[in-house]
Amino acid sequence: MTAPVLSIKGLTKAYPGVVANSDVSFEVMKGEVHALLGENGAGKSTLVKMIYGLVKPDHGTMIFQGKAYAPAEPRAARAAGVAMVFQHFSLFDALNVAENIALGMEHPPRLADLAGRIREVSETYGLPLDPFRTVGDLSAGERQRVEIIRCLLQDPRLLIMDEPTSVLTPQEVEILFQTLRKLTAEGVAILYISHKLEEIRTLCDTATILRLGKKVATCTPADTTARALAEMMVGTVLHTPERSGRALGDVALELSGLSVRSPSAFGCSLKDISLEVRQGEVLGLGGVAGNGQDELLGALSGELRSGPDMVKMHGRAVGMLGPMERRRIGLLCAPEERLGHAAAPDMSLTENAMLTGSLRERLERRGFLDWGRARGFAEAIIQRFDVRTPGPGNAARSLSGGNLQKFVIGREVMQRPEVLVVNQPTWGVDASAAAAIRQALLDLAAGGTAVVVISQDLDELMEIADRFGALNEGRLSRIRPTSELNIEEIGLMMGGAHDMEVAHV
Amino acid sequence: MDLSSINPILLLASLMVAATPLLLAAVGELVVEKAGVLNLGVEGMMITGAICGFAIAVNTGNPLLGVLAAAAGGAVLSLLFALLTQVALANQVASGLGLTLFGLGLSALIGQGYQGIRPPSFPRLNIPGLSDMPVLGRILFSHDLMVYLGLIIVTAVWFMLKYTRAGLILRAVGENHEAAHALGYKVVRIRMMAILFGGACAGMGGAYISLIRVPQWTEGMTAGIGWIALALVVFASWKPWRVLLGAYLFGGVTVIQLNLQAAGVAIPVEYLAMSPYLITILVLVIMSADKSSAPASLGRIFHASR
Repeated sequence: MTAPVLSIKGLTKAYPGVVANSDVSFEVMKGEVHALLGENGAGKSTLVKMIYGLVKPDHGTMIFQGKAYAPAEPRAARAAGVAMVFQHFSLFDALNVAENIALGMEHPPRLADLAGRIREVSETYGLPLDPFRTVGDLSAGERQRVEIIRCLLQDPRLLIMDEPTSVLTPQEVEILFQTLRKLTAEGVAILYISHKLEEIRTLCDTATILRLGKKVATCTPADTTARALAEMMVGTVLHTPERSGRALGDVALELSGLSVRSPSAFGCSLKDISLEVRQGEVLGLGGVAGNGQDELLGALSGELRSGPDMVKMHGRAVGMLGPMERRRIGLLCAPEERLGHAAAPDMSLTENAMLTGSLRERLERRGFLDWGRARGFAEAIIQRFDVRTPGPGNAARSLSGGNLQKFVIGREVMQRPEVLVVNQPTWGVDASAAAAIRQALLDLAAGGTAVVVISQDLDELMEIADRFGALNEGRLSRIRPTSELNIEEIGLMMGGAHDMEVAHV
Repeated sequence: MDLSSINPILLLASLMVAATPLLLAAVGELVVEKAGVLNLGVEGMMITGAICGFAIAVNTGNPLLGVLAAAAGGAVLSLLFALLTQVALANQVASGLGLTLFGLGLSALIGQGYQGIRPPSFPRLNIPGLSDMPVLGRILFSHDLMVYLGLIIVTAVWFMLKYTRAGLILRAVGENHEAAHALGYKVVRIRMMAILFGGACAGMGGAYISLIRVPQWTEGMTAGIGWIALALVVFASWKPWRVLLGAYLFGGVTVIQLNLQAAGVAIPVEYLAMSPYLITILVLVIMSADKSSAPASLGRIFHASR
């Protein structure tokens, strides 16, 4: 642990109108896990892209294993011994595992030999994987294994991981950590980007914290509290969402035996889902991505129709209604995919506010659009949810992920829903914005709205949900109060909800 | 009506000839679409290839040079499409439609003065031994070079896509261009090359019509084969062997209906003339019922900044 594998001196990268990195310097030692922390837009992604050769720095130098290092393209970075696991997996759904891995290698062996090596590496590091399965059929955890094995086959000296655990179950996270520890014992350095502070505290040896493109601190995360880390990232004091005691009202939303076929070939159909949410209650639904979350949101928003009695609101059958009719009676949804599902990327914030708000905010008059009121509505959202943008005339695409998320959640919250369903409300959002969104959901519940939060962030669900259920392969586990659950039990619920059901019967 | 005038051996032999233009154009488009690009300009590239090949063959007296010129003509026209869609990031559907209209006009312009001329005849391959075999020799082994070239290209494309690294990279680019870019592959360059290959194949397909199949030059003589090629690629589920099957089916029905017309069958000519299109599409629709889907990035514009 003495020699630095990578040392970075004064890296600077500016894009038109924004400095992504300004004079960043730090060192990654051999065999250590080095965390890179920061809010959205702090410049973490740009920094690792420079190390991986996807972006060229304007100024500054890098030294890798004692030699000057300036990769012109990822190929050069890989040849030098730098490998990267991407946040959004860079995989090809229609190709099989071995083909995907071959694409990431400079001189891949024949596919049959490669399959043998994949099996070998996957056994050595405890990452079971069949080389001939089509990637589109794999779970998120398995897909990540593909990426990791692709990196390991190149025998890297530095492994960059961009938010690797955001899609994994706690058990899968544990397996990943074991793999990473095995690697560091062999002398591989790991540069680890994550939002999850507790994870960083258990895994990482050193942490470098970025804020607004500048390095603000280097510390040992095990000796620092998660709160202190978060406050260094944000630069201000954080406030934790508060749950005020509230009385539960009548059942607002009721699903009984909801079964819906998934419209997509790689999707997951919903099988016999039943639940009840009361006024003023927050129901958290966990589960690994791709286990029916998108389909459930679709079935609640009205994008997927079901039998009329499968979805009931205040006792009224609404399963056959479309999204607009459901909005009219106060069932609002905010889907996971911000760009393209929750918001139209190339339309302005005013136009996006019009798209879901026209009915409940009366932005239409006798069939004509009232742009003045729509603009006022958009401005109100921007102000109340602290959305950072020059104004409501800007395109949705121009906002950073966290800011757009605040906007799309705020847009539904401001319409005073009877029932609000959100999917991944704080995905890819930094700590302070996430806290603000969670607080808004809790405030809404305190006002008597029934809130359903679908999320993969278990800490989030533990923090705001009154009751918790897990989705697994389109089935819902038993729903239990969060106060009587711990994280291991939740992991079991997520991993094998129906095994447990069998055990109960 | 005299069905006995139809000679089954000649019928099978002419099937391969009738299918070749479609086969060439479709296999070229298959490669383009596998790279994630939708080029609707096949018809325009075919007709441009047809006149380029015709003009060079007539002027040099060498039909092989004509075929080369046709490939070059189709490729040059497709380069225009490549620049528009890959460099200027123009919409692929609009650019492709524009390319077809442009190709039809351009070919009519170049073709002024070539109407009514007979091109030099194309050498027919005569393989000693094989060509002399009874029945099979006539059906399989006494065609012109281009028929075999078409088969070789289909085989090569199949082999490349399935077994070579270049094919894997091509499929990867068509499947997820952002991921391919992140891995360091040159998405735009690979797509440019695929588009040029598609243009060359379409050009040769066009030249086959003007130099061998018909053989003479008339405006608009490709008569929608380019559009059939586009449909064929989709209904063949982007699989080279199905493209071959579909092309031969189309060629076969075309030849049969021509023979039936000649034999004076009591079906209106219009129905006979539309039958190859209907039957080919019907069969391929039934076959494409399996779930193999289009390349995921097909028709999407790629820009490296994101």
